[in-house]
Amino acid sequence: MKRDIILAGVGGQGLLALAAVLGQAARELGLHLKQAEVHGMAQRGGVVQSHVRFSDRPVHSDLVREGTADLVLSLEPMEALRYLPYLKPDGALVSDTRPVRNIPEYPNIDRILAELRTISPHRLVDATALADRAGSPQASNLVVLGAGFPFLGLPMEVLEDGIRAVFAGRADSVIASNLRGFALGVEWAQAAS
Amino acid sequence: MATQLLLGDEALAQGAIDAGLSAAYAYPGTPSTEITEHILRSPEVRAGEVVCRWATNEKTALEAALGASYAGKRAMASMKHVGLNVAADPFVNAAISGAHGGLLVNVADDPSMHSSQNEQDSRLYADLALVPCFEPSDQQEAYAVPALAFDLSETYRIPVLIRLTTRLAHSRATVDVGGRRPQNPLSRPDQPERFILLPAIAKRSYERLVSLQPDFIRESEASSLNRLSKDGDRALGIVACGIAHNYLLEVTNGTPGHPVLKVGQYPLPVRDVEWLVEHCGRILVLEEGYPYVEAKLRGLPPRSAPAIHGRLTGDVPRTGELSPDAVAMAIGLGALARRATSSVPAPRPPALCPGCPHADTCKALAEVLASRRDSARVFSDIGCYTLGALPPHGVINTCVEMGASITMAHGASEAGLRPAVALIGDSTFAHSGMTGLLDCVNAKADVTVIIVDNLTVAMTGGQRSAAENRLVSICRGLGVDEAHIRVVEPHPRNHKENVAVLDEEIRYAGTSVIIAQRECIQTAKRSARRGTQGSQE
Repeated sequence: MKRDIILAGVGGQGLLALAAVLGQAARELGLHLKQAEVHGMAQRGGVVQSHVRFSDRPVHSDLVREGTADLVLSLEPMEALRYLPYLKPDGALVSDTRPVRNIPEYPNIDRILAELRTISPHRLVDATALADRAGSPQASNLVVLGAGFPFLGLPMEVLEDGIRAVFAGRADSVIASNLRGFALGVEWAQAAS
Repeated sequence: MATQLLLGDEALAQGAIDAGLSAAYAYPGTPSTEITEHILRSPEVRAGEVVCRWATNEKTALEAALGASYAGKRAMASMKHVGLNVAADPFVNAAISGAHGGLLVNVADDPSMHSSQNEQDSRLYADLALVPCFEPSDQQEAYAVPALAFDLSETYRIPVLIRLTTRLAHSRATVDVGGRRPQNPLSRPDQPERFILLPAIAKRSYERLVSLQPDFIRESEASSLNRLSKDGDRALGIVACGIAHNYLLEVTNGTPGHPVLKVGQYPLPVRDVEWLVEHCGRILVLEEGYPYVEAKLRGLPPRSAPAIHGRLTGDVPRTGELSPDAVAMAIGLGALARRATSSVPAPRPPALCPGCPHADTCKALAEVLASRRDSARVFSDIGCYTLGALPPHGVINTCVEMGASITMAHGASEAGLRPAVALIGDSTFAHSGMTGLLDCVNAKADVTVIIVDNLTVAMTGGQRSAAENRLVSICRGLGVDEAHIRVVEPHPRNHKENVAVLDEEIRYAGTSVIIAQRECIQTAKRSARRGTQGSQE
């Protein structure tokens, strides 16, 4: 069992929380894990990415090699496109379709989505809409994680425990909302496949 | 034994606590900040068993750690690589005075400059100070190193440097932790006069430090962090330092197929290097940062055989951090098939957060300077407000190192460049701005200093700012004319008024200070979420 995952997004979207959930889940299962992330200045609305690697065998490198990722999971479509060189030929792409337009010249979104659709398999989800509909607008990051569930190779309950662990100490309503977001994503993925 | 999920920074911190740490001092800086945050969160600090504090700067942090070491306790100071420039004076001289309780200087280098202005390599500082340096290759070693380093420090009574680089500092892994040794009791140093660095004493101490160098090499040769594997094809021998060793194992599926010297402790283990040089056709050096080991192996003039390859020969890119792909190329494996980089994505630089008070200050300043654009220059500093250089603000002209705003504005003003404006954050002002302001006051320099006071060290995640709520009294104490110390609240509703204040003080032909005070939007949000009050006004 081995997964190399690139998480991508924009500072403030809750990407590092997803990395932490995956890390918790892998640790719970006693897997070897390395998870590299970006802190500091880049987090201020800039590009944020994390390399998450877990395996039943020792994991040496903290970074994923280009052309080897099993999954690129992105909270923003342009950022998904930026990290495609990491994806292995038959690797999966999962991304939120909602652009974060915090730069003056955001490229044509249709062009971005068209390029993402050339990846097989791909799952493009309007996570914000799903999260809004469920009354959990803050949980769109967990919706994307749920949409990626079929490619994670981790049991559902372990991921849910990971969410509880990462948000421990926050209000019960926050934890419930994140669990709901994750479940919505999983449901969406089942319908989409 | 228990397992914890720890960043490299956190593993080092936990390793230090478990090795009997008594005192930790630091100034926050990416990628070193999480060392100290981990200690601050520890039960030992909460119980008052370990002292851990954010210091005003790296120099005061290291000096406080040296004082704790003098008192017999195990102590450490943590900082980013450029922080060691600030702490270079105590670092180099603590090697002369020597330590008493174990003394560690933890430095996180930032090759590729993810959050820094250079990629200087702290191993060269260890050389400068003539002290040993550890460079763990993974989180488990980062946990193990503090105990080894404290032992080395106490055996030879010297400070020891621990070097991390960004990818280890900020990568998490499961780490086996356990075992705890007691802290040192309070005790007086042996030969206490060695801490009085009068020339006559310092000369003796320096002779002693020099005489220890062969011992440090022997320690490296015996170290569990340095391992020579003689297996494989000797046409090539590989030296892999720190995290480079992981990349080598990654791209070769755990069997490099050539002799490998893994390096995790310096000075270099000479015996192992000699074996490689004698038995291998050529040598490849893989290291993060400068071609430090490579240059030593090449010698001057470069040795003819075996040839030494690395960053200096272009086998590894001369600048930037290593990656598994760069290592694969260097050992001749070639790149894997990959998708072409899409031409569609636009760059997405970091930006000030929506609602950030700095944005309001930048806007007001831009308006005031609009009519003076040809002559005015804004000398700025290290912090979130450095993003004021980027669109839509475009309001600052310099950012060099901590504190260089006020001092550069001073020199430029005296050279005739006016208006000379300095823009500096509250924490950076406490770190290195106060002395420069005293220079301005003494010179009666025509400089307008804007202290953007968001009541926290924002860029590194909201640590407490050393001069919190004392900026006015500090400026007054340094001799700034009371009438020209102005406090404003940077907020859209105060824009007009703030423009007027800035305009007045820029017109004033002396040293003036405007304190633009409003809490960081991130820490304010966090306090609101916790239901606690934000920083006191």
